[in-house]
Amino acid sequence: MNFELTDNQKMVRNMVRDFAENEIEPVADELDEKKEYPDEILDKMSDLGLLGIMIPEEYDGAGMDTVSFAIAIEEISRKCAATGVITEVHNSLVASPIVHYGTEEQKKKYLPMLATGKKIGAFGGTEPDAGTDLGAMQTTAEKDGDSYIINGQKTFITSGSEAGIVIVFAVTDKSKGRKGISAFIVESDTEGFQVGDVFDKLGLHANKVSELFFEDMEVPKENLLGEEGKGYKIALSALDHGRIGIGAQAVGIAQAVLDESIEYSQQREQFGKPISNFQAIQWKLAEIGTRTEAARLLVYNAADAADRGERFTKEASMAKLFASEVAMNAATEGIQIHGGYGYIDEYKVEQLFRDAKITEIYEGTSEAQKMVIARCLLK
Amino acid sequence: MNIAVCVKDVVDVSEIKIDEKTNEPILEGISREVSDIEKSAVEEAIKIKEEYGGKITVLTVGSVENMENIKELLAMGADEAVIISPPEEPDYTVVSELLAGAIDEIGDIDIVLCGEASIDLFSGQVGPRVAELLDIPQITYAEGLEAEEEKIVGERDVGGNKVMTVESSYPVLVTVTKEINDPRLPSLQEILGAANKPINEWESDEFMDHEIKPTMETKDIRGVSMERKNIIFDEDELEDSVKKLAENLAKEGLLE
Repeated sequence: MNFELTDNQKMVRNMVRDFAENEIEPVADELDEKKEYPDEILDKMSDLGLLGIMIPEEYDGAGMDTVSFAIAIEEISRKCAATGVITEVHNSLVASPIVHYGTEEQKKKYLPMLATGKKIGAFGGTEPDAGTDLGAMQTTAEKDGDSYIINGQKTFITSGSEAGIVIVFAVTDKSKGRKGISAFIVESDTEGFQVGDVFDKLGLHANKVSELFFEDMEVPKENLLGEEGKGYKIALSALDHGRIGIGAQAVGIAQAVLDESIEYSQQREQFGKPISNFQAIQWKLAEIGTRTEAARLLVYNAADAADRGERFTKEASMAKLFASEVAMNAATEGIQIHGGYGYIDEYKVEQLFRDAKITEIYEGTSEAQKMVIARCLLK
Repeated sequence: MNIAVCVKDVVDVSEIKIDEKTNEPILEGISREVSDIEKSAVEEAIKIKEEYGGKITVLTVGSVENMENIKELLAMGADEAVIISPPEEPDYTVVSELLAGAIDEIGDIDIVLCGEASIDLFSGQVGPRVAELLDIPQITYAEGLEAEEEKIVGERDVGGNKVMTVESSYPVLVTVTKEINDPRLPSLQEILGAANKPINEWESDEFMDHEIKPTMETKDIRGVSMERKNIIFDEDELEDSVKKLAENLAKEGLLE
């Protein structure tokens, strides 16, 4: 058992931390305030290989391991959780399924585009009536000669309005239930692809989350990802990777709360001394710090299991469940440490509080994670 | 151009706190790094290599606690690293002799680059000493550098916003200031690639032809206490307070 990161992983942490502090932090507040998508940051990240973290080198990616991916997402999210989730979805929910299930032609065509940031990726799973119950999706894909005709709609799609490549899940055979769902690689300039509303949200303002509509959208059969009917399996597999990423994002948010709270509590004086001298504040800091470290270890544990080639569904769900609740709890306590100042938008914890909540919801709610974990435990 | 860059793995000085009771710096648990000044020296070396080709060797004396800090320089673009074990606790004399000896051992070096000073002790001695030992010209405090085929031109920061432009033939030693450039971040691909670059560990007796002894003994390291004066200028009129503040700052020599 070795809890130490490898030299490469430490170098990744140092590099991404340096990048996040110098390139993301100075603009993060403005992006949040103006609800602007971080195009320039993503451009710079592509130069550093951060848009193809786990894509093999032969397809222009960095060919890094899952632990490095988790470290990168944590460090990015520590300075901008919205940029964190955009990067996480792009890498784990879009690039990874193509790496694992794509044909050689699909890999050659799409992975370099993703790795170099020419196209940002989105994951078209959720529908208005198919969230946790993804199998209830209504979007259909009908075979028509050498193509599929896709009709339907998706919602709450991260980077929906900005993505160039979307993995769209659709029903190819309704009679087979979940085994009748297939996955398609869809380019957003395909005729019939339309972006609907871009939502105003509680947090993650720099992430454009939108509806997508498909009207008689013709997708060539070469763009079927994996086999017909394997879409649900592909979605679950992608979400296993994604949950490591969201766990890492949540750890980044919790760490940011801790950073802000330590700094504030050492500066803010009440009753003639810094509030960090009071045990009530010290205990809060100790609890946030301990929980954040525990969450980080669960995330690393799941990522390391993935890198060892083991099944990691349970570990990923545990990491996501725990880390997201740690982030939300940290944000609540972080605001409490800041008192009234924590409730106004001049202080970062206000934004962190808004950003934290979604980690308990997307890529599987906490309740859904418990279903997955219980299923694994009761096997 | 073959370039040697001298660097040092040091504590992150921004994390150092002083023990209130003993006045000694608390060094336990502090992360280590190669300072930005020395990363700027590496960056300058990479720029010269990009124009003229050649090889960049990074040299450091002493135990490297965090090997990733040296590997990071290889990921940035250096080709090889040499870590030199000193015979005993190194002082400026020992470090300078070892670096000069190692550069001599490598041979055929056109440019030696150093930071203007290491970020921890900041004496600025090692660069000039190495130049003297190698008997080559030196350009210190370079905030600008232009390598040409036959000569190198440096812009030296001589203080007071003044710059002295000097040129030298090769081989030459240059110490750079942080202002000379912004060191690049290595990409993930470059981080992976660094694993294949050699890191050599040299014992001093393998390449030194004479014994070297430290000439300096460190007795103690203490924090400098910075007492605040806590003077409050609270005149009836704000303008008078500002005037008094300015007068006092001038008296302290802080305003001209």
